Parts: sequence; C-alpha cells; structure tokens
Amino acid sequence: MRLRTEDLTYEIPSGRRLVDAVSLTVSAGETVGLVGPNGSGKTTLLRCVYGALRPTGGRVLLDGEDLADAGAKARARRIATVPQDGQAGFELTVRQIVAMGRSPHKRFWEADTAADGELVRGALERVGAADLAGRSFARLSGGERQRVLTARALVQEPAVLVLDEPTNHLDIRYQLEILGLVRDLGTANLLALHDLTLAAYYCDRLYVLDAGRVVASGPPKDVLTGELLAEVYGVAAEVAVHPATGAPTVTYLPGVPGAIRP
Amino acid sequence: MREFQPVRRLRTSREAAIAGVRGRQPPVSGRGGIGEPPAGPPTRTLPYTLVITALVLALTAAALAALALGSVRIPTADVIQILTGNADPSPYRTIVLDVRLPRVILGAAVGAGLAVVGTTLQALVRNPLADPFLLGVSSGASAAAVSVIVLGVGAGMATTVTIPAASFAGAFLALLVVYALAREPGGGFTTTRLILAGVAVSYVLSALTSLILVVSARADHLKEVLYWTLGGLGSARWDMLALPLTVLAVGTALLIALARPLDLLLVGEEGATVLGLDTARFRAGVFVLTSLVTGVLVAHSGAIGFVGLMVPHAARMLVGAAHRALLPVAALMGAVFLVVADLAARTVAAPQDIPVGVLTALTGGPFFLWLLRRGRAREGAPA
Repeated sequence: MRLRTEDLTYEIPSGRRLVDAVSLTVSAGETVGLVGPNGSGKTTLLRCVYGALRPTGGRVLLDGEDLADAGAKARARRIATVPQDGQAGFELTVRQIVAMGRSPHKRFWEADTAADGELVRGALERVGAADLAGRSFARLSGGERQRVLTARALVQEPAVLVLDEPTNHLDIRYQLEILGLVRDLGTANLLALHDLTLAAYYCDRLYVLDAGRVVASGPPKDVLTGELLAEVYGVAAEVAVHPATGAPTVTYLPGVPGAIRP
Repeated sequence: MREFQPVRRLRTSREAAIAGVRGRQPPVSGRGGIGEPPAGPPTRTLPYTLVITALVLALTAAALAALALGSVRIPTADVIQILTGNADPSPYRTIVLDVRLPRVILGAAVGAGLAVVGTTLQALVRNPLADPFLLGVSSGASAAAVSVIVLGVGAGMATTVTIPAASFAGAFLALLVVYALAREPGGGFTTTRLILAGVAVSYVLSALTSLILVVSARADHLKEVLYWTLGGLGSARWDMLALPLTVLAVGTALLIALARPLDLLLVGEEGATVLGLDTARFRAGVFVLTSLVTGVLVAHSGAIGFVGLMVPHAARMLVGAAHRALLPVAALMGAVFLVVADLAARTVAAPQDIPVGVLTALTGGPFFLWLLRRGRAREGAPA
C-alpha cells in the first residue's frame, strides 16, 4: 500500500493557499513525519488526506487510485486517523467509542461480533488503556482520550495511519510508547509532529512545510540542520547526532544573541 | 441527589394514576430507587432485558389504568373482560373500546414517536437540549396544519391526507431553518444558538398561525386551532389511527436500524466522516425521517412539548447513549409517559379535559431549566 499526494493544494476563498502543490509519498511500513512552524499547513494537508477537507487542487492517491472517487466508507476502511478535537458524545463508554472503529467494515445495521470485541480489547491494551474500557469517554483527561482514540484507529485495521500531533496531550512515557507502537504497525504512517527530536528518532523520512510548501525532505539527519531551522522556524539551534540513539537531536539556543529573528 | 429530581417529578406526575399497580413494578428510576443518589457514573447501566420487561409491564399497567379511570370509573375486571371480548354490549363497552382505547393507543404512539424523534434530534445536534417542540419543528407542523384547515389549502382532497402532508412539510422546513441558523461555522451547536434559533422560529410560526386565524376568523376554526397549539389527544378515533401507527412503526424501525451511524454522529462531524459516514447524506435522510414522524404525529395530536426532551434523557440514564439500546427504551418510556400524562389530563380536573400539552409543559419546563443549569455547571467545571 502506498499513499501519494500529487500537487495537493488547498486554497481558501480569499485566494490564500494553505497547502500549495505538495507532493509526497508514504509506503507501507514507513513512518513519515511532517514538520514545520504553526500555520505552515500541516493540519490542512492531513485533513485533505483523511477526507475531512476536499482539496481544491491535486490528488490523493492510494495505490494509484484517486481517493476523491472513493466514498467516505471505502476511504475509512483504508485510512485511519485521530481527529484533533475528539468530541465527547454524551456518555458513551470508552469501549463503545473504540468499537466505532469497526464501522467502516460493517453494513450500517450490522451489530458488533465477539471478534470485534476482541479487537477492541486488544487495541485498548496496546495503548495502555485497558482499565478505561468501562469509563465514560467524556470524563477522561486529554491524554487518556488521545490514547483511546488511537486505539480506535487501530481497530479500524487501516493500511494508512494519518496522525496529527499524536503525542499532543501525552506525558513523555506515552509519547514514546505510542510513537513506537505506530512505527511497528507496518502501516504507512504520515505524522505531523511538533517535537523535532521525536520526529528525528521515530520517522524514516521528514517533509518540512513552510507556508504551505515543502521546503525540504529526506532522512532526518539530512533535513534537520541548523541552517534549515534558522530559515524555517527563525530560531538558532544546534543539531547533533546523539551517541545513544544515533538520531539527530535538536538543542535550541534561546540565550544566544540573535537567536530569535524578528 | 440533584441528578434524580426530575425523575422523581416525572414519577410523581403519574403516581396517582398508577398507584394501584406501582408496588408490583420493578423500580424504573435506578438501582437505588427514588431519592437515592445514583449508584455510579451514568455509564453503569441496568440489565437490558430487565429494563424492557419493566417498561412493557409499566405500559400495560398504564394502559389498563387509562381504560379504567376517567369521568366514569370502570372496574379493572370489567375492562379486562371487555378487552378479551367476553362482555355483553354495554355503555362500559362503548366507553372502553370506542372512546378510551383509541385515545390510549394514540397517546402511546405519540409519546413513543416524540421520544424517538427527540433522541434522534439530540444526536443530530449533539446537544441534550434538543426536542421537536423546542426546535420549532412541532410549530412548523402546526402552522402548516392550521393553514390547511383555515385557508383551505388543497381543498377537495381528503383532510386525512392533506393535514399530515402539510404538517410533514412544515416540520421539515422549520427543522432546516433552525439547523441552518443554529449551526456554527465549524459545524458545532452551542446550546445558546440552538435555543435562540428554536425559540425565534417557534415564535415566528406561532405568530403566523395567529395571523392566519385573526384574518380568517371563524368560530369553528378557532376551537380546532386552539387544540393544535395546546396539544391534546381528545380527537382520537379508530379510523384515524392507521397513518400515525404506520409512520411510527416504520420510522422507529428505520432509526433503530440506523443506530450505528446515529452513534457516529455523537463524536462530531469530522469524527463521523473519518469513520466512514457520509454525514451530509445521512443527515438529510434523518431530517426527512424525523420531520415525517413529527409531522404526522402533530397532525393528530397537536404540538405536545417536552416529551422528546425529558424521555431521551431519562432513557440514557438507564441504558446509556448507544442508540441500538437507547431507541427502543426511549420509545417505550415515551409511550408510558404520555399515556399516564393524558390520564392525568383527563382526571385531575374532571370533567374538564385539560390539553395534555399543558401538563407536559408543566413538568417539562422545570426539567428543561434543570438541564440548562446542570449543563452550565458542567461547562464551568475544570476538565
């Protein structure tokens, strides 16, 4: 399974392009990171990929098939995501919320089977939320919700996983666990990440977005350089390969004169 | 403590009516019984078959009480004999079979339908304060029905067809307008916007109804229309039951079959989309279904308020928010509630027949305020 965008563009009515002719590919088993400053178009790009937005130009292809031609259900069978504002939905339990991930595989009147229940249980265990199963989703903390919604994405049994800041509300242990879990799934993963060090460690390749355009792409050690961070983020930083992880590590230098450009 | 007050209020209103049989019913309001705090968070629910059995028993008891009580008291034993066809023709027989039974059936159908529509609308706007009455859907149906009666729209065709058809159209249009007004740019529905839009549309439609009346005032119209604006079951007759019962049965069955996508609506528009729901198409279908059920019921009973607000809430406390379990329970509870409310309407000021809509508003208004306060407390609480 291979996800590809071709000159993907999203233009708002004022004419500004939030995403400007982005072409990227993600293959099965690969984890690809999308980095860039606030407002660079990461979320908009991802929403176009998982179908919450209809691109105004370009295409999203899955194994060469244009997703614009596929229905919402066919798309949901292959692409799973964690929407950023997961809504509470009255008093549904965590188990009920996660079981919704089976919906794209079901006719609308079909009930869940024991096998579905098993999938739900397994997914909750994998995100460390097995003990939350009977709780009300509305009453969970932000981090707990995020893990539960990640479990729901797993239950969808997708070929492609599109995640927008999957570590947003998580404490550091769960950040590492969730990213490790996602990387080992074997799915084609497209992740927007704020934390450049985490991105460098968990992603096979990075795309750097600035003002809706891809300004750099490639393996983290090629992409993450002091010059690029200065240019795209406007900050001074030092990038070094950490001896223990072997991945580039970013150290910001806020005290250095001229570190933050006006 | 607070959580259970409305349930107690709801039960008190039907207490007199079912006093004779209450002792035999399993408690409907939670494991602890009346007045005790709930035994856990609302996600802990009762065994489903127990809830359904209790509600079927309650409906049977309520129906028997409604057949026996009224301006003429008929012993329950006689009622059962008449129902089983073993009684000789008598005035009692006429009262039970031709006056009270169709009214009980219509009451049960309207109660069930309003509860099902209320549950569905609450999922559609993801807000527990939705109700066909509050959202102006019922007003749309009444305004259209009154236009047909007074202005003679579609004259020449049978009113048994034109009035329900007009009500459906009115309900549908009102729902579209309120939905469009209340919807935030991002697709959400805040309580404030929802209520303001519903109230505004209701007022305009009520004013329109009054205007039509004043302009073409005829004494016989006035009485008929007053009945619509207050909501009552007094006109129930055997020959008018087929349409509401059919629409109720089909509508409820379809909505129960659609339980999965209805659940998906609860997680928001984007959430539902990424889980494979074509939200625009599904919403359109639900609009048509809920307007159809509301319109046809309102054409036969007038606009009865707050049933669709209170009942879904109580049902959710019993069996949770997933619609496959929730909708049948809401339907049964709505039926019980309205049969009992109508019995009260017939008996509390006997021989005066109070429109049942007045009684449901008397219980529903305070309930609504309580929900509103509770929602505010929850919004203000730290996450």
